[in-house]
Amino acid sequence: MSGADILALGGLLAGVLFVMGLKGLAHPRTARRGNMYAMAGMALAVVCALLGPRVAGYIGIAIGLGVGAAVGIPLARKVKLTALPQLVAGFHSFIGLAAALVAVGMFLREAGFGLVDAKGAVEMAVGTAIGMVTFSGSIVAALKLQGWVSGTPWAWRGRHVLNASLVLALLACGVWFVGGLGVWPLLLIFMLAGVLGVTLVAPIGGADMPVVVSMLNSYSGWAAAATGFMLEQPLLIMTGALVGASGAILSHIMCTAMHRSFVSVILGGWGAANGGGGAAAGGQPGGGSVHEAGIADAAFMLGEAERVIIVPGYGMAVAQAQHAVKELFTLLTGRGAEVTFAIHPVAGRMPGHMNVLLAEADIPYDVVQELEEVNPRFKETDVVLVIGANDVVNPAAQTQAGSPIYGMPVLEAWKARQVYVVKRSHRPGYAGVDNPLFGMDNCALVLGDAKAVVEGLVQGIKHG
Amino acid sequence: MMDISVLTMLVMVFVLSCMVGYFVVWGVTPALHTPLMAVTNAISGIVVVAAMAVAGGAHFDPRLCWVVRCPYPEHLGLMQGIAEGLGIVAVALCAINIFGGFAITWRMLAMFKSRKQVGKEGKGA
Repeated sequence: MSGADILALGGLLAGVLFVMGLKGLAHPRTARRGNMYAMAGMALAVVCALLGPRVAGYIGIAIGLGVGAAVGIPLARKVKLTALPQLVAGFHSFIGLAAALVAVGMFLREAGFGLVDAKGAVEMAVGTAIGMVTFSGSIVAALKLQGWVSGTPWAWRGRHVLNASLVLALLACGVWFVGGLGVWPLLLIFMLAGVLGVTLVAPIGGADMPVVVSMLNSYSGWAAAATGFMLEQPLLIMTGALVGASGAILSHIMCTAMHRSFVSVILGGWGAANGGGGAAAGGQPGGGSVHEAGIADAAFMLGEAERVIIVPGYGMAVAQAQHAVKELFTLLTGRGAEVTFAIHPVAGRMPGHMNVLLAEADIPYDVVQELEEVNPRFKETDVVLVIGANDVVNPAAQTQAGSPIYGMPVLEAWKARQVYVVKRSHRPGYAGVDNPLFGMDNCALVLGDAKAVVEGLVQGIKHG
Repeated sequence: MMDISVLTMLVMVFVLSCMVGYFVVWGVTPALHTPLMAVTNAISGIVVVAAMAVAGGAHFDPRLCWVVRCPYPEHLGLMQGIAEGLGIVAVALCAINIFGGFAITWRMLAMFKSRKQVGKEGKGA
């Protein structure tokens, strides 16, 4: 067995460790061990690469790794968990850019000696294109999530024509590059793909952002795999495929949770038209007038309840109400009530975001349940407390065939004996759709800032 | 020795890895989908292996041009230098993902506690 074989087997072991790392995420108990496997895999992969014949100079690499550690670790330690989606999108952009730079760099290294053949050129062109689309698309997504540019979809007329022309231009440059092996067509691909990333992601926004983030996660994996084909590195292909599959599955889960087709999300523009339409329709359909309840009433009912389900939405996190909610949870369980949290897959701005926000507030993961698990339990529940969520508890998704959210899986909060919805105002939710739940007899709105209301509930129950 | 090309072998690796990824990721509990994204951020930093080959790759000897056809002999040094610079930037970008991705995953996973663990800490405090 040669040295190259041993290093290749080291790479294989790293790939196996990555798979075990993902496997560990099947349960919170095994997740930390999984993360350690993945870290060991990465360390092994880097060491094997350093020992390999491709690497001769170490100073530049050491500088690069040092800069990465100096930037990455403080970033990860300081970021607010509500800002996770934009951090993750930012990370995707780095991988995209790195893959594109590697492709161009590889070309410059090899082209000087005429070592690039047609097959290598195709792989370089593909790597550059996927990398740059991932890069600029993720930058736009991160800016939208951060609120530095408008988060609403920018749906301009003729964008499909523009995108199609960009793709055609990319293909033409690809043919030109493979035919002539010059540096200019490659740079043109680099720039055109960068523009395409912006024009692809800009029209998508609003409630579709979790899909965008998942999709870019997938792209970053495919970019890594493309780099692997270019360098004939099986480890990059394995890892890229794992990441690509992961992002694709998350996109699929998010689309199912919103009852949207992936294609319609990608084509974009949703939310821009709908938001206007829903608001213009106005009023509260469903016949009943909207009830309002005071904090004292809600506190009394909660204090008496044996079974309580709390439905948190992104509004809870925006109001920084998690810790007040944790206090309410401790108080109610201390009084012998059974308290469960119900999470809709699209609560929050990325898959699983709400679970992390609840975990941060020290709410144990075994009282947090997913949609399928919790839905049968609403009918046995005394009080449901909806905090900063709206569309995910909208019965119109099951009853009104004309509603934009018809068919979307929702939390069946209305089946409980009493529902309290903590809301800032009477305005409709993110999707701009009216919610007949608010007109139902067993539902009352508690108006106010989520944090203040929940703190009020805690005081009310303590002194009630 | 088998008569199949390297590309075919790599395609096989790719397809099988997609299958493995598909089944493993469906097994991830929805509660951990955000840590899943963060850890995939970290492991996609594997591009660093390629970036290191560009940043620290062996300098080809210009005398190689006596044997192979060099299209731009006068720009050789410049091209190698730019490639090295791009490689170093790529290494740094990947390293941000690796260190940042694992650190944020670690931070998140440390917060996930069962009822028992939360109860114990509550009594301890």
